This record gives sequence, structure tokens and C-alpha cells, in this order.
Amino acid sequence: MNQIPALVRVFSYLSILTVGGGMAAFPEMKILTVEVHKWLTFPQLIHLYSVGQMAPGPNMMMIVVIGQWAGGILGAIAVLIAFFGPTAVLAFLVARAWKKLENWPWRTSIQQGLAPVSIGLLLAGCFTMAKGAIFGVETAGIAVGVLLILLQYKVNPALLVLASAVVGVLSFMPK
Amino acid sequence: MTDTASKPAVQPGKTAAKAAAVSIWQIFLEFLIIGATSFGGVVPYLRGSLVTKRQWIDDKEFVEMLSISQSLPGLNATNMAVLVGEKLRGVMGSIAGLLGICLPGGLLMFAVGIFYHHHGDHVWITAALKGVAAAAVGLILATVVSLSKKSLSGKFDFVFMAMTVIAVNRLHLGVPRTLVAVGILAILFHRPRKHQKESAAQ
Repeated sequence: MNQIPALVRVFSYLSILTVGGGMAAFPEMKILTVEVHKWLTFPQLIHLYSVGQMAPGPNMMMIVVIGQWAGGILGAIAVLIAFFGPTAVLAFLVARAWKKLENWPWRTSIQQGLAPVSIGLLLAGCFTMAKGAIFGVETAGIAVGVLLILLQYKVNPALLVLASAVVGVLSFMPK
Repeated sequence: MTDTASKPAVQPGKTAAKAAAVSIWQIFLEFLIIGATSFGGVVPYLRGSLVTKRQWIDDKEFVEMLSISQSLPGLNATNMAVLVGEKLRGVMGSIAGLLGICLPGGLLMFAVGIFYHHHGDHVWITAALKGVAAAAVGLILATVVSLSKKSLSGKFDFVFMAMTVIAVNRLHLGVPRTLVAVGILAILFHRPRKHQKESAAQ
């Protein structure tokens, strides 16, 4: 069955939910890609998102993989356009209008109001993901370790993800 | 990369002159480089490239564009590509920037997808992925903490944040409804006031 129309529908919808970052759309992405369309499993979604943190560029490029699995190379391209198109058009239009809005008093209100909501969405996405990613002492230890190191030192996050892969191998390899 | 670091600071007006001469191809290429090298977060790479190395925008513009990017839906990286591209060369500049920044990571993840599909159930790969997924949770938490420090002011902002989390994770209202409901509430709370008496507000 041709999945491309469904891919375009789902990812253009997810696109407009990414207020404050890609993670804001994660709870909805889980419902639509895993539960509704069954393009992949929840552990696979978590794995792809996490591996994506090691890739350069925008940190949601893992969506390409969902498109690829569901609809081949065309699916991958469709997902990219659907996910980045709507917000790109919006950003473009706002860029044009922004100068005129400079003295609009609500501009600051919108920015200040959306800040706590977007951080809340990020945290909600984090909890959704933690339900699948944190089980037991080792994984909790890795998450807390990464958090503390990042708050304390200036380390490249991609390196910490890589180091955690090594810790994962050491902890979870069957002896 | 380092050869530009020793250059003297630009004279006023030089930034504008440089920006006027930028071609679509140069925009694409610069964002392609950022897209291929920005491991662990795009923003510092954007600044290093666009402000320091190329001087296409100045620091004030960069901060302004970043704050626009953050309050719009969309990822910071792609919104910045669109905003900077638009400033330099209009529609075609935006498209060039967007394509450039997405292409390397997209191709890499495409390859990862194929590899994972065939070898994802290998014992040592599943073990490594468990570590990687746990690290990603820590990473997001660290982002939450640093963003909260930077952009939350007053205890009500924490209330709005908590309401958002509860609405999505506990009440399962879904992201769109939560975004609209709590968003409007928070924007109204931060509504423009004549005398800016923030502390007296209820």
C-alpha cells in the first residue's frame, strides 16, 4: 500500500507542533507513527531519535528513516518536505513581517508566554521518551550522569552520546 | 577554519557590503558545511560561520534571528537557515540555506536507516542503543535546565511549564490542544501593560 500520502499528512501536522524544538512533537509522533500507522516500534523510534543526536545538522533528521522504511527513497523525500516545508514557509513570512511588528507590544508577550510552554513541551517529550528508554539502574545512571556532566562542564553532547553507547555495550552485552 | 579567527574586526558598513555580494551558491555551500560539521548542536556553529567567519550578519542580528527562530514552530537550525537565507537573497536564499543544512544529516540518517534495518537486532548494537537512548534523555533534561535558567522569569512561568507537562503526559490532551490552551493563558499573563508592573500582576 502506498504510504506516501499518510507520511505527508502526519509529518506536515507534526511540523507545526515543533514549538521550541523537535522534541515538542515527540509525544504526538509516538502516537501517530507507532500506534496509528505502525511504521516502526516504540523502541525503534527512541533508538532513531537518540542515534540522530550524534548526526550533524538539525536534530530531527531521524524522520528520514521513518519515511524510508514506510515508503522507500520517495518516502524519505516526502517526509523531509512535509516536516520542514510548513515551518520554513512560516519562518519566511514572519521574517518579512517582523520589521513591521517591531513596535507591536504583543510581540514580547508572545515570546514570553511561549517560553514556559515550549520548555514544558520539551519536558513532556522527554518524559514520553524516558518511559521507553529508562529501565533500571544502568540507564537511569547514564541519563543522570549525562545531565550532571553537561550542567557542570562544556562538553560536546555528541561525544557524551558516543560514550554512553560504550557504557551501554559494557552494561548490557550478554556475558 | 582557524585562518579567519586572526582577522581584524570588521569596520562598520563592511557587513552590509559583504552580504550584498553573497550568491545563492555560497549560501548553499556555507549551510552545507554547517550541516556536515555541527556535531552536538547547531547554534554555536551557526554563529561561528555566519557572524565570525563570513560576517553575513552581525551579532545583534544573530541574537534577534535566534529569538524569532525559538518562538516559531520549527527547529532552530532550519528556521535560522530560512531567516538568514531570506535576509541575504530572498526566497532562493532561504531554499538554498534550508537544503544545505538538511542534506548532510539527512543522507547520513538515510544510511543509518538502512544499516539499522539490517543489523539493528545485533546483540552489541541493541546494547549500545540502550546506552545511547538513556544519554538522549539526559541531554534533553540538560536543555530543559539551561533553557529554564535563560528564559523563565518568576514562579508563574514554572506553573505554565508544569501545566504543559501535566496536560500532555497525565491528561493526554495532546500537544495541539495543550499548546493552544496553556499558550494563550501564558501569553495573556504576559500581556502588554502600560506601566510594566510585572511584580504586581496576578
